[in-house]
Amino acid sequence: MDPLLLLVQALNGLQLGVMLFLLAAGLTLVFGIMNLVNLAHGSLYMVGAYFMAAFQAWTGSFVLALLLAVPATLLVGVAVELIVLRRLYDRDHLDQVLGTFGLILFFNELVRVIWGPAALFVSMPQALSGTVVLLPGAPYPVYRLVIIGVGLAVAAFLSWLVTRTRTGMLIRAGASNPTMVAALGVDIRLLFTLVFGLGAALAGLAGAMAAPLLSVEAAMGDGVLILTFVVIVIGGIGSIRGAFVAAVLVGIVDTVGRAFLPILLREIFNRQVANAAGPALASMLIYVLMAAILVFRPRGLFGAKG
Amino acid sequence: MRSPVISRARIATVLLFALLALVPVYSTLFSAPFYLTLFARVMIFALAAVSLDLVLGFGGLVSFGHAAYLGVGAYAVGILAYHGVDSVFVLWGAAILASALVALFIGAISLRTSGMYFIMITLAFAQMLFYLAVSLKAYGGDDGLPIAKRGTLGPFDLKSDVQLYYLILIALGLALYLGHRIVGSRFGRVLEGAKWNERRAVALGLAPYRYRLVAFVISGTVCGLAGALLATLTNFVSPSYMAWTRSGEIIVMVVLGGMATLTGPVIGAVVLLVLEEVLATLTIHWMLILGPILVLVVLFARRGLWGWIAGRHG
Repeated sequence: MDPLLLLVQALNGLQLGVMLFLLAAGLTLVFGIMNLVNLAHGSLYMVGAYFMAAFQAWTGSFVLALLLAVPATLLVGVAVELIVLRRLYDRDHLDQVLGTFGLILFFNELVRVIWGPAALFVSMPQALSGTVVLLPGAPYPVYRLVIIGVGLAVAAFLSWLVTRTRTGMLIRAGASNPTMVAALGVDIRLLFTLVFGLGAALAGLAGAMAAPLLSVEAAMGDGVLILTFVVIVIGGIGSIRGAFVAAVLVGIVDTVGRAFLPILLREIFNRQVANAAGPALASMLIYVLMAAILVFRPRGLFGAKG
Repeated sequence: MRSPVISRARIATVLLFALLALVPVYSTLFSAPFYLTLFARVMIFALAAVSLDLVLGFGGLVSFGHAAYLGVGAYAVGILAYHGVDSVFVLWGAAILASALVALFIGAISLRTSGMYFIMITLAFAQMLFYLAVSLKAYGGDDGLPIAKRGTLGPFDLKSDVQLYYLILIALGLALYLGHRIVGSRFGRVLEGAKWNERRAVALGLAPYRYRLVAFVISGTVCGLAGALLATLTNFVSPSYMAWTRSGEIIVMVVLGGMATLTGPVIGAVVLLVLEEVLATLTIHWMLILGPILVLVVLFARRGLWGWIAGRHG
């Protein structure tokens, strides 16, 4: 096994991991505090990517488009919260799954109506499109390093926000006992909207930053939504720290598994078997990981809530 | 809770089955084979929805991976047919056996968790099987696997669409009868009791885990039969039968029709699939309309359509 290739794949895994963390942080906060299963979280990611494409076509600037796409996604998120989701907070999980499943269908079709069925592309800024040589023989794209940097910065910011500020204190209090927080004179509905908006903005940021790496198309949020759920379930629902650990774990296991599992299998079995089973096992790996973790820790790694 | 002999619920159920039984007559008289295929598909999904409702409605266990059993049943038929097996009895028997075993395995692990974690672990297993199907290059992989021909089952010749239709109708009727017997039995009462209050069930000396596992296996098996019927009807199997959105759709059918009712999921399947067809003829952007309809159903029709049809005593 080539150690340089392993390093590059581990970095790719870390990049996927921080991306998943941006999505998982919002989703796990919304679940932990409002007790809401929001399947439409992946749609916000998709909306963020579409806004990115639209604003870049309009302004011609990557940075400007990013600065517009994130608040625009935040506004969409707040609108969805005000119109639909706040009516679902005190419903059971099944109603929430169904209602937000309806929202997925709506958003997937809405972007097709507005931007057409063809995929859109976002170009990355010239300054970030090169590679840097990390170690001799291991060049790495600058843009992916930037994503890792932004993701880690957001993680640090969230950790500061939740543990060191008054807002964070209210968020934590709201997670453990929302009724009591409301009784103490805090506008809990405003807090909920705020938290949801924060989650939407992070999802939009993830979508906007992923846009140059992927093609922007309808239903692009569906696959990533499932991955995000895997992350928050492994991490333990409601825990930001758990979301971070699990996101990096899932990102690295998935990426490194896809790169090396077929090679490993080739050492053990004959080529034909390995070529057939390798990719399948690699795509199943994170689900196996999740099932295994839930068997031993039915509430995830850091979880308290069920 | 014994309902009167002539209740609105019974009339509606009989009426529904009478209408379904008349579809082939209509399609033959007006030579509209489209309706025959549409309603055969509707009944297959109704069967899947009825099976899901046993665990979801009566058992309170939100399985977000029921499309997996649909896929296992379909692939059992597809793979055996590919290797030249043409006895429908063997094909469907294998589908039932395979889905029962898969449900036993998934259920035994998943039922250790609860709530949100149960939703996600059932989804995870379904995703594993989805990727397994995608990777089965020998059996078509991503593109799916066509099935060459349909065989015969006893007096039924499945090459006839009408005979296959009535066979599916019979299967649906039997599943509803089975559901009726289960729900009315001690087993069904324990299952529902554990949904309302698990601690009390345990205190009464019952082990909810075992009851739930048996219900889960029955449910997966019936859903596997639906998958076998689907493969037979379409002459095709594909990983898309196991896509997670398919599991979502089956949940939608159950909730739309009415959870913890017998005929409700059938109504839900009929309404959802017919609505999709109708909206699709109106506009290619039909999901733009269907999505908000689902949201409105959740917000305002809390007992599902069946609650509204059957009235207070349904």
